[in-house]
Amino acid sequence: MKKMSMLDRILLLITGLLAAYQIVAGVDGAPALSLWAYTVAFGVLLVAGLLLIIMGFEVLESPLVVIVSTIIPLSLSLGLVNEYWHSMFLPYAIFVVIGFLAIVYTRLGSNVSKGMATMTLVIVHGIAGLVIFLLPIILAMKGAAPGGFALVGVGGALIGLGGMLLGFLKAGKPILPQKTILAVLPGLLLLMTLAFVAGFSFV
Amino acid sequence: MEFIKTKFRTYWPLIKSLQTALLLITGVAGFMSTRCPILNWQTTLSVVGSLFLAISGSTILNMWYDRDIDARMKRTQKRPLPSGQVSPREVLLLGLLVSGAGVGWALAMNWLYGLVVFAGIFFDVVVYTIWLKRRTPWSIVWGGVSGGMPVLAGRTLGTGHIEWIGIVLALAILFWIPTHILTFSMRYREDYARAGVPTFPSVYGDRVTQIIIAFSSVVASLLMIAAAYGIGLTMGYLRLMIVLSVGMLLLAIGSATKPSERTNFGLFKYASLYMLGAMTLLMLVV
Repeated sequence: MKKMSMLDRILLLITGLLAAYQIVAGVDGAPALSLWAYTVAFGVLLVAGLLLIIMGFEVLESPLVVIVSTIIPLSLSLGLVNEYWHSMFLPYAIFVVIGFLAIVYTRLGSNVSKGMATMTLVIVHGIAGLVIFLLPIILAMKGAAPGGFALVGVGGALIGLGGMLLGFLKAGKPILPQKTILAVLPGLLLLMTLAFVAGFSFV
Repeated sequence: MEFIKTKFRTYWPLIKSLQTALLLITGVAGFMSTRCPILNWQTTLSVVGSLFLAISGSTILNMWYDRDIDARMKRTQKRPLPSGQVSPREVLLLGLLVSGAGVGWALAMNWLYGLVVFAGIFFDVVVYTIWLKRRTPWSIVWGGVSGGMPVLAGRTLGTGHIEWIGIVLALAILFWIPTHILTFSMRYREDYARAGVPTFPSVYGDRVTQIIIAFSSVVASLLMIAAAYGIGLTMGYLRLMIVLSVGMLLLAIGSATKPSERTNFGLFKYASLYMLGAMTLLMLVV
């Protein structure tokens, strides 16, 4: 496992501080449920960043990593759907609950094939990632939200990328070598958080 | 000048600077959370000065009393006293002088504040270290009580009386202490056994210890949130406090259900960061 460098730690610390800032600042005019959904997403990001700093990349060996990293896109997308596409809230909330339970089962349950676990991950992460990627961009293009809000979509693309890289790595079918994934992970997390924070600041 | 430099280098490890700094921050946070006119730098600096001396003095006296067990523990045998860099008599005098100066300064500022500061030293040195530490693992309760005194002292000075928020903050630290100390005593169990100091892992086993850690983390987090609410933290900062608390809670539950050396030490480090973060929030945002 790659040893964490000082630069990695600094990047993760900035990520944590940005996530903490977003939790405190909230999102102007967001309904309470969306606000808490965003808080959960940024909270997981903050605590995960702190744990990475404290325990190093070895923490990624835990089977819980995939489950925890799924909470970020699921809760963020749920908040966005509730705020901007409310007519779809109920079916999407059902998808979020079932998707999360499916991830938990395929990661912790016995007699689950690697293929099934990977497919579940791709479907759940993929849909949540697409919602975060597309919804802000469509809203910005339609003029229903400020142009800068599209940056949340950029964050969505990055979170999708990060989730897939980690998910396939944990499934034993890495898209890139482990060393490369760990080398880019802190920077990717920072860019993603930066895009989210910048995007939400335009609301 | 060289003499002073040498003495400073020898004395500095006697105060366990990181632990002293963390306790000092809780005291300053307690004071600043009362929304005193914190731009009154004279008072703020006096709080820092008096608490620094009192906490340092108390730690030096502990070092003096525990020099025999420090010599038996690998982790501590290089400290100035067991390694013979300084004599016990010199350390005792230094401890009495520094803690006396701290209490005196505190009493001169406000008698009630001085009394709480004195109580902190008394519980730490007399009750915890001299009376109970070598007899029972439950001594950490009194270590926790003394650990909560700086924040209570800070609140007491700021408000002029002992009030519920100060007590809740002190209780939060009391319940946070097991998370901090018990994870530490699990990591260095051989050291404590060699020194003959009873700890929860050695007396009650790891399982009970981990359950106590998880339980105390839950209570500490809830108390910290209650105090933050009472102080009047805005919703945004309260959300951040809740997030940090839930992080500690989940880590404690993880450590209890799937114990490992790594999770255990991760919890120990997170608990320190948690306390630092929580106190910084109380200090900066009211």
